[in-house]
Amino acid sequence: MIPAAFDYVRASSVDEAIALLGAHGDDAKLVAGGHSLLPMMKLRLAVPSVLVDIGRLPESSYVRVDGDEVAIGALTRHCDLVGSEVLRAEAPLLADTAGHVGDPQIRHRGTIGGSVSHADPAADLPTAVLASDATLVLQGPGGRRTVAATEFFLGYFETAMNPDEMLVEIRVPRTGPHGWHYQKFVRRANDWAIVAVATVAGRVALANMGSRPLRATRTEEQLAAGASIEAAAALAAEGTEPVQDMHADQNYRRHLARVLTRRSLEAAAG
Amino acid sequence: MQVSISVNGVARTDDVEPRLLLVHYLRDVCGLKATNIGCDTSSCGACTVHLDGDSVKSCTVLALQADGTSVTTVEGLATGGEMHPVQAAFQAEHGLQCGFCTPGMVMAAASLLAENPHPSEQQVREGLEGNICRCTGYHNIVRSVLTAADSMAQSATGSTAGSR
Amino acid sequence: MTTVEAPRGSILGTRVNRVEDPEFLTTGAVYTEDLVDDRLADAVRITVVRSPIAHARIASIDTSAAAAAPGCVAVYTAADLTDVPAQKTMLPMYPPEVAQPLLAVDTVRFVGEPVAIVVHEGRYTGEDIAELVAVDYEPLHAVVDPREALAGATLLFPDLGHNIVIKQDPDEHDDLFDDCEVVVTQEIINQRVAVAPLEVRSAAAVWLDERLITWLPNQAAQGSQDAIAGMLGLSIEQVRVITPAVGGGFGAKVGSDPEQVLVGWVAKTLGRPATWVETRSENMVGMTHGRAQIQTATLGGDRDGNVKAYRLRVLQDSGAYPRFGAVLPTLTLLMAPAVYDLDRLETSFTSVVTNTTPLGAYRGAGRPEATAVIERMMDIFATEIGMDPADVRRRNLLPAFTEPLSTKGGALYDSGDYAMALDTILAAADYPSLRREQAARRERGDRNQLGIGLSVYVEITGGGDESGPPSENATVEIHPDGTATILTGTSPHGQGHSTVWAMLASEELGIPIDKITVKWGDTDLVPEGGGTMGSRSLQQGGAAVKQAAIELVEVARNRASDELEVAPEDLVVDLDIAGLAVRGDPSARVTFASLAEKEPLKVRAVFSAPGATYPFGAHVAVAEVDIETGKAVLTRLIALDDAGTLINPLIAEGQRHGGLAQGAAQALVEEVRYDEDGNPTTTTFADYPIITATELPSFELVTTETPTSYNPLGAKGIGEAGTIGATPAVQNAVIDAVSHLGVTHIDMPTTSMRVWSAINDAKGA
Repeated sequence: MIPAAFDYVRASSVDEAIALLGAHGDDAKLVAGGHSLLPMMKLRLAVPSVLVDIGRLPESSYVRVDGDEVAIGALTRHCDLVGSEVLRAEAPLLADTAGHVGDPQIRHRGTIGGSVSHADPAADLPTAVLASDATLVLQGPGGRRTVAATEFFLGYFETAMNPDEMLVEIRVPRTGPHGWHYQKFVRRANDWAIVAVATVAGRVALANMGSRPLRATRTEEQLAAGASIEAAAALAAEGTEPVQDMHADQNYRRHLARVLTRRSLEAAAG
Repeated sequence: MQVSISVNGVARTDDVEPRLLLVHYLRDVCGLKATNIGCDTSSCGACTVHLDGDSVKSCTVLALQADGTSVTTVEGLATGGEMHPVQAAFQAEHGLQCGFCTPGMVMAAASLLAENPHPSEQQVREGLEGNICRCTGYHNIVRSVLTAADSMAQSATGSTAGSR
Repeated sequence: MTTVEAPRGSILGTRVNRVEDPEFLTTGAVYTEDLVDDRLADAVRITVVRSPIAHARIASIDTSAAAAAPGCVAVYTAADLTDVPAQKTMLPMYPPEVAQPLLAVDTVRFVGEPVAIVVHEGRYTGEDIAELVAVDYEPLHAVVDPREALAGATLLFPDLGHNIVIKQDPDEHDDLFDDCEVVVTQEIINQRVAVAPLEVRSAAAVWLDERLITWLPNQAAQGSQDAIAGMLGLSIEQVRVITPAVGGGFGAKVGSDPEQVLVGWVAKTLGRPATWVETRSENMVGMTHGRAQIQTATLGGDRDGNVKAYRLRVLQDSGAYPRFGAVLPTLTLLMAPAVYDLDRLETSFTSVVTNTTPLGAYRGAGRPEATAVIERMMDIFATEIGMDPADVRRRNLLPAFTEPLSTKGGALYDSGDYAMALDTILAAADYPSLRREQAARRERGDRNQLGIGLSVYVEITGGGDESGPPSENATVEIHPDGTATILTGTSPHGQGHSTVWAMLASEELGIPIDKITVKWGDTDLVPEGGGTMGSRSLQQGGAAVKQAAIELVEVARNRASDELEVAPEDLVVDLDIAGLAVRGDPSARVTFASLAEKEPLKVRAVFSAPGATYPFGAHVAVAEVDIETGKAVLTRLIALDDAGTLINPLIAEGQRHGGLAQGAAQALVEEVRYDEDGNPTTTTFADYPIITATELPSFELVTTETPTSYNPLGAKGIGEAGTIGATPAVQNAVIDAVSHLGVTHIDMPTTSMRVWSAINDAKGA
């Protein structure tokens, strides 16, 4: 219930945050909304000795069109993604998916940057970001670099970010109002997905079918080759390594992946 | 470390340890005990308060993160000795039994209605998915929120026509 | 004699809003953790060190690092409890070997068992210090499955020689089903669930003037007083229990848990007040769990639908140390025949210990298990003979009765009309149209199939115990300022007694309810009481309030007679003035309040009932199952619960709603799980799926009132009815949705994977 003790410092700029990460190394964690990190700290599953609060960084919460992409500030809260008219028009998959994260209170605090950096394979936004073929913009002591979403998620709570880097922006292609769907299969409201499927523009990403969100590449290939939704969705579980847990065994997860992929694609097409 | 928060309209500055959770700050430092703690995984919503107008789970916010903000607890909802329409509705519709989830439920409901003044029953149920109640089965809680929506709509328009 | 002459509507039977609510809604009720009391100033805090392993010998405990940590006041283990008597079992019928010590001595028997306590200054140091207590465990094989416990290869209590704590052998009949054309058998799991009241356990205590004053959430202060005194080796007079507001109990806040007793021990030992509150994760392993029966049921009858014989064997999981759970099967067996007219019944149970959290009472406590199994069997039997499950039930119901009726289970039902309940609920649900909709969807092969689940139930409320017939006391006092105080032996934790007891007194006395204060839960103020559990409060506690008020009127009448110089029989109650008036001369009158001026006007009454009462009802649940994913959604729950006369329908409905939700939750989602090593895997509200508003519909309540003759209110108990009727109705509905695919049974909770697997298995079969 009570986190282990830590030192707290509030960063007033991205550069300052990065400098602090550099100074403290593995002992430091960034906290924005805190709704991925603080629950772990309260159960003492995470025990950082320094928390760098980036929740108030100026100009880090935005949704704006930039050429043929939408640029989203990493500190944009889930509720602001849901409410963004720009996002709903230009990249509705993300706006809709953000509305599935947790509950209203969580959505008032959690940020897309926090969720994506946390890289829980069962989480909603990493999956939608992967389906969106997003580009993650990282900033470190040496400046900015970009990483494709397909290269970003490496494993359970593991990303391609260096310990002294911070996610500052998520860029997604503008997809227009059609051809997308997010489907989350849960036991009960507020649970993490047993399996979830995000689809947009013929791309399909799966939540909780492995140690990181996964693209259903065989399904995508089939769709691109003109196969029917049914035939393509039948291959959704290929290449996945779903866990066995209290909700589902591997067989059932694979079955759900296929069924939900088919339904998502049908909904996206309809 | 110092933290300055306006709590129920009263500005205060306190010295706190970094790991002090906002809910403990409110209960133990400010002495506002209505907000309760029901779990340790940010699941139950009993600790829900408003932070700069948004409903948040105060068990998952550090007091230091709330520095410079305005926090409202259920104790700050009633004004001038009169219950807020949400509170009045909960009483009218028997939306509470043991009362432990109630402060958080009321704050979540007030926030829900602020964002969606005319929710359907389904929207109320989904809007309260961050709040757990073990006593009421939610039936009367949902009625309470819908009743509050009606009464707030009537006040807003000045209309006395009933719709229930 | 009370005669009411002035025409005036009765407050009873009306939907009175609760007087408790303004406080609850604005400043919050004061729960144990909220207490601000001079006696608790400068209290130390306590954090419990718990076993992380299900079964192990304790080789050593090193408290030195913890004791030296900043903020640590003391660290205690069992070795320090030298002035505490050897613990007894919770109930005398358990073997003495299975008593739970306050802190584990040389063996831990469940994950979560208290092993040590750290006493500290300030809330936030507790977990830091507790982490430093180093316990060296030597693992033993953990027994998790009650069947393995029964086989007895691994003993939890070697001195006992086996793992059985209590049992009742059957009166065996080999020929039980000889005349039955159709015999169906099923093993059914009534799964372990967490009680999970929103308020976890806590306690505060101070040793003052040679007495222990302790505050804790509980459902009967007098029982908690008894338990704490016994566990600490104090006399009853040395312990005062005060009950703050309680955030839900549901049967698990009865008596006292070891942690709460230890708070008192620390206060006495250190001479400083002490407080403790657990986390939810602790609560999920430390508070008693509910249900956990493995049921083997056999039902036999003929192809016309007559059920003749029923055999029920129950294997009850008691957890590591038997609490109420071990003995609850006696109620399961008592209520086994339920609402049915059976020719022959054979029941038995065995309760075994396992390396898991102890089992206690949980809303319904033994009776939901009885209804769940027979209602499941009725459906299985109906499927086997190809008859509509409503028709099978109707054919076998006990006929309506108004005089007490003895049952094969050994119960004496007071009044009931089960056919009325079934027919009324079927009409309310428009049952035929539900079946038509189901048939249409089956015909079309829809992805979303419809299931209709029924239950007809009877349940036992307000039973007495070995000390005598069920009874309760109440004291009503009217003060010179016109207000009144009621002292009750009940102990509400959401049931609204402050309002309803005031209504009952107001009915007799005319004092408005906002001038009546109801008090309970302080053993100095109310030394005797049965508390609030088993749905007893209104029928006994409420009846006692009414009785005390009536007797108070008589005392007042005699005083008024003297004062007004008229014969007592010439006085009538005048509710409008809350007093008495001379018949035919309303100007000659006197208020009760004025009669209290010279001498207190106060009566204590004890109401005794002839026995337990038996509310009954019938539920229809409608579920939609997505047959591709197995996901079941409860779309409607239509419930008839008849608990006799309703005093406050608003509150009665609230009680029903809460029970329906918990009942549906057990059928649909909730289950406490352990891995094979005895590690609990559902220890937080994130893992354990407490049902939310999104999974439930609004309930459709149908109300009938079949009074009991056992108390002047005509009231039976309503608090647990919902869990009893709803669980089988919802389970039956989910199974019914896929029965056309060959599925005959799915154990609870009917998770999507279980439903999907059942469909697949039926296909393969």
